[in-house]
Amino acid sequence: MQILSLILVGFLILCALAAGRTKDLLSAVVIFASYSLIMAVLWLMLQSPDVAMTEAAIGAGVTTIMFIAVISRTSRMEK
Amino acid sequence: MDDQIVRVISRMIIPFIQVYGIFVVLHGHLSPGGGFPGGAILGASIILYTLVFGAKAGAQLIPHTTSKWLESGAILLFIAIGMIAVGTGRSFLTNRATGFAMGELGNIISAGFIPVISVAIGIKVGSTMITLFLTMIDREPQ
Repeated sequence: MQILSLILVGFLILCALAAGRTKDLLSAVVIFASYSLIMAVLWLMLQSPDVAMTEAAIGAGVTTIMFIAVISRTSRMEK
Repeated sequence: MDDQIVRVISRMIIPFIQVYGIFVVLHGHLSPGGGFPGGAILGASIILYTLVFGAKAGAQLIPHTTSKWLESGAILLFIAIGMIAVGTGRSFLTNRATGFAMGELGNIISAGFIPVISVAIGIKVGSTMITLFLTMIDREPQ
């Protein structure tokens, strides 16, 4: 369990850095959704299913859709 | 999104998402979850419907005025239930001491007004999400 948790935290940090560094905003949103998914699993491992459920619904679902709606209204590439 | 597969699959899974959301809202005082996650799941199901079938169909399902009224009405219901305790001379949202029936532990109808305020929070959060999304979608592209 400890090793799985460490791997997940490693992926989490990787996703956070990648979402900040990528120039393509649509890719950044997808990376951010995967960040939320990993975070939801981590919340579950921290014995907090309540927050995990919220993170999965809001972080991975609604926020991603909102960001995609904003990108469809503006430009896809970062200037 | 004009895609046959997406339309058929989302028509199949949207009822299940909504049943799950209602389950989470109604079991707020018994299991993990509650008003906020359940309302977010319900709102996400309507957002999925709007994404798949177009902004016009989504606005037909839940018009802007309806979601506005649901939003304000739910939070007013929450405040009204909290104020019942204030009316009897206790602090805001006092549950058992005000005289709400506690019921039996483990039943859905128990714990006084907690299920009612869970439902109110669920409606409020879900309709807020729908309003946010529809406001964002309705805007004309520059």
